[in-house]
Amino acid sequence: MTRTFTIFRRELRGYFATPLAYLFIVIFLVLAGVLTFFVGNFFDRGQADLQPFFTFHPWLYLVLIPALSMRLWAEERKSGTIELFLTLPIRLSEAVIGKFLAAWCFAGIALVLTFPFWVTVNVLGDSDNGVILAGYLASWLMAGAVLAIGAAVSAVTKNQVIAFVVTAALVFVLAVAGTPVVLGLLQPWAPSGVIRAVAGISLFAHFAAITRGVVAVRDLVYFLSIIVAFLAANAVLIDLKKAD
Amino acid sequence: MLEINHLVKKFGPLTAVDGVSFAVAEGEVLGFLGPNGAGKSTTMKMITGFLAPTSGTAVICGHDIETEPLAAKRRIGYLPEGAPAYPDMTTAEFLDFVAHIRGLRGVEARRRIGYIADLIHIADVMHQPIETLSKGYRRRVGVAQALLHDPSVLILDEPTDGLDPNQKYEMRGIIRELSPHKAIVISTHLLEEVEAVCNRAIIIAGGRVLADGTPADLAARSRYHNAVRLDLASGDAATIAAELRERPGVAAVEITADEGQAGLCVFAQDGQPISDAIVRFARERGWPVTGLYVERGRLDDVFRTITAPLELPRSALLNAA
Repeated sequence: MTRTFTIFRRELRGYFATPLAYLFIVIFLVLAGVLTFFVGNFFDRGQADLQPFFTFHPWLYLVLIPALSMRLWAEERKSGTIELFLTLPIRLSEAVIGKFLAAWCFAGIALVLTFPFWVTVNVLGDSDNGVILAGYLASWLMAGAVLAIGAAVSAVTKNQVIAFVVTAALVFVLAVAGTPVVLGLLQPWAPSGVIRAVAGISLFAHFAAITRGVVAVRDLVYFLSIIVAFLAANAVLIDLKKAD
Repeated sequence: MLEINHLVKKFGPLTAVDGVSFAVAEGEVLGFLGPNGAGKSTTMKMITGFLAPTSGTAVICGHDIETEPLAAKRRIGYLPEGAPAYPDMTTAEFLDFVAHIRGLRGVEARRRIGYIADLIHIADVMHQPIETLSKGYRRRVGVAQALLHDPSVLILDEPTDGLDPNQKYEMRGIIRELSPHKAIVISTHLLEEVEAVCNRAIIIAGGRVLADGTPADLAARSRYHNAVRLDLASGDAATIAAELRERPGVAAVEITADEGQAGLCVFAQDGQPISDAIVRFARERGWPVTGLYVERGRLDDVFRTITAPLELPRSALLNAA
């Protein structure tokens, strides 16, 4: 536990040791603002909620989170520190979890810094803060799921660009799985079980379900199981691939 | 303290390490020698638990690295090949991180880091990011990291690589100083380093141990063992060489010419001492000898004779192609 925390602390500090962290936060906030106010018609809707803000998070994460996760293991591999790191007296699980939690916490910090949006809606009108809180929870869970996927991908390569592209592609597949376009393509021929399964793995559908303000167990289980499954995959992949 | 039994590592069809066994006791400094690609680093990676062996075991102070990895790793200090360290951390942050992972806390950690920083002479770069350090400093930070927890077993993969001659001398002094209470394995391709710090040497090539003994034992296997070198002021080196070849106990005589100085190298039969006989004979004959040296044997010569046969097939293949 203390070792996981030591790894967590080093990793989190690592983000702020380079301009990467600040750059990431600034780009996240600017893009979130642009999408909310210009594309999401925040003011024209005349509603004191953050729906237009959260709607674009999946797309933001599709691009930004892989940029955060790509370095998790690829960088250790490239610089050779993975050999130093994994010969310290730590369990592989502690290494994997410590790294993931640091990245997730960092995503959380970026998310918390969007509080001016929340202040704005509360100033403009009488907003339902419960729904907004659910939206933040959904957004953070989705960030965690994407990070876990990205961490596992990062574990198999020393090339950060490859890690970025593959993660973005995987997340894109998970994202569009539940959209009407994909389901429409399947409808004519696929059995209903398959269609339901495809719709069920959709990142966006589960995200949207929570942002509506209903924190259902099945959506929580969905995100947490993606996180756990990909962290387990991460550990297995590191163990298998650390030699090369 | 360190026991290695029949370690084997295969990467697909390639056998990188092929049944390596040895034991290192407290007080021993083992020099791990071998050409590039001999399996030195792979063996070290298995001992330290980075790579799982295909078969065989490595036991550190009674703890098998495979079955009790945490207990074993706690007792090892390891400098991996190339001395990797987190480039964006300062030396102090990096050592603090390793100390924390190693279970050192608070005052104890600070005292230990301060002590090691002084010992390894890195105190003046403690607050510099590691990426800005010179190669020599980076290497020393890597060694410092390996020593923080005062490990019983120290595995150093090329500890003096990138150091200047003064720093090399210093590092060897440190290793010798530490050696009485530790089992130390250093890999190197500098033979002079083995003679300077190791009390035992293993030559490995093609993944196998080819020789194991004290540096003096190994040097004695050289054809230069007990050879006598003569510097001649003038005179006909060829005639003198011919006369020497007839002497009992002389295996061969080579004529050398170093910087215009004529000389002879007289090889001893079976490495038996011949210097006395040669001195007497030279005086008898009135040869203009200005210098006479007895060789103890050359480690590099032994190294080449032992490892060269293994490299022959490869060059033969190249020629065929």
